[in-house]
Amino acid sequence: MKLYLKFDFNKIAKIVLEKQLEQFNIQYKTLSFGEIELPEKVSETVFAEFQNSLNESGIEIVENQKSILVQKIKDTIVEMVHSPEIVNVKSSIYLADKLNHSYGYISNLFSEVTYTSIENFIILQKIELTKQLIIANELSLTEIAYQLNYSSVAHLSTQFKNTTGITPSAFQRIIAKRRELASKK
Amino acid sequence: MQEDFVHIILADDDQDDRDFFSEAFDELKIKTKLNMFHDGQQLMNYLLQTDCVLPNILFLDLNMPIKSGIECLHEIKKEEHLKDIAIAIYSTSASDEDIEETFVNGANIYIKKPNDFNTLKKVLSDVVTINWQYQTSGLNKDNFLLKM
Repeated sequence: MKLYLKFDFNKIAKIVLEKQLEQFNIQYKTLSFGEIELPEKVSETVFAEFQNSLNESGIEIVENQKSILVQKIKDTIVEMVHSPEIVNVKSSIYLADKLNHSYGYISNLFSEVTYTSIENFIILQKIELTKQLIIANELSLTEIAYQLNYSSVAHLSTQFKNTTGITPSAFQRIIAKRRELASKK
Repeated sequence: MQEDFVHIILADDDQDDRDFFSEAFDELKIKTKLNMFHDGQQLMNYLLQTDCVLPNILFLDLNMPIKSGIECLHEIKKEEHLKDIAIAIYSTSASDEDIEETFVNGANIYIKKPNDFNTLKKVLSDVVTINWQYQTSGLNKDNFLLKM
């Protein structure tokens, strides 16, 4: 038997993190996604073990201030892309407002650290979500375009092709063939 | 801390091409570490050692003597520990069907090799930058398909 699974990565990450914190008996407060506060002092040895254990689960503690803000920008963008109702505000205004910095500052910092612009990153995230939705096979491309706030399905198709070099239908075909091939093995 | 460089492997039998690519990588903003091999067999010998440093991205010339890029792709996809490497195949020409076939067999990126150096540099810069986003932003690599 073969199952295809859909993951909610944010939820998985949260559960893994909470389990680890509980395992090490660390008191914590969740501030936002990817940000927690430890109200009580944790001994250095416990903290080192905790950090190791997190690393093994693919979670790392970001230490540098710039990296922290960049991670927040990424998280905010992901959140924004996944909840279309908030994108009615212009993304630059939304990000500046949410992160309490001027858009100019956010945007320069982002490009410096990630080697790509915020605009490109938003497009990449939207196209990645489109891919997930295409694979889930519950919505038509027209419905996906509507859900992600594209003005038309043609606009989405063009952006998909510009970003990946292939059309949405070619993408769908390739993934389907890959699965067929995998099921033969 | 996050590693702030991209580890790249390039397999190409042509000395001029290897020089071109390594020069182009040198000029990127993203810091890269490059290992080069001159045929597919040499590449596979390296990747199948138990203690080798695995690349984040592997550039494979489609046409190589002894072992072609496609043969390498098939062998790599059979190995559990090599699954996370993004694979970029490149050649001077290919039909859409060939390209699609390459994707179906597990390649992530297909590059139609440009003739002039500046375009090559731009293409490699785009490929490495997008791969970097996959590497650092938790995107699903199974859905990573890019044709340049």
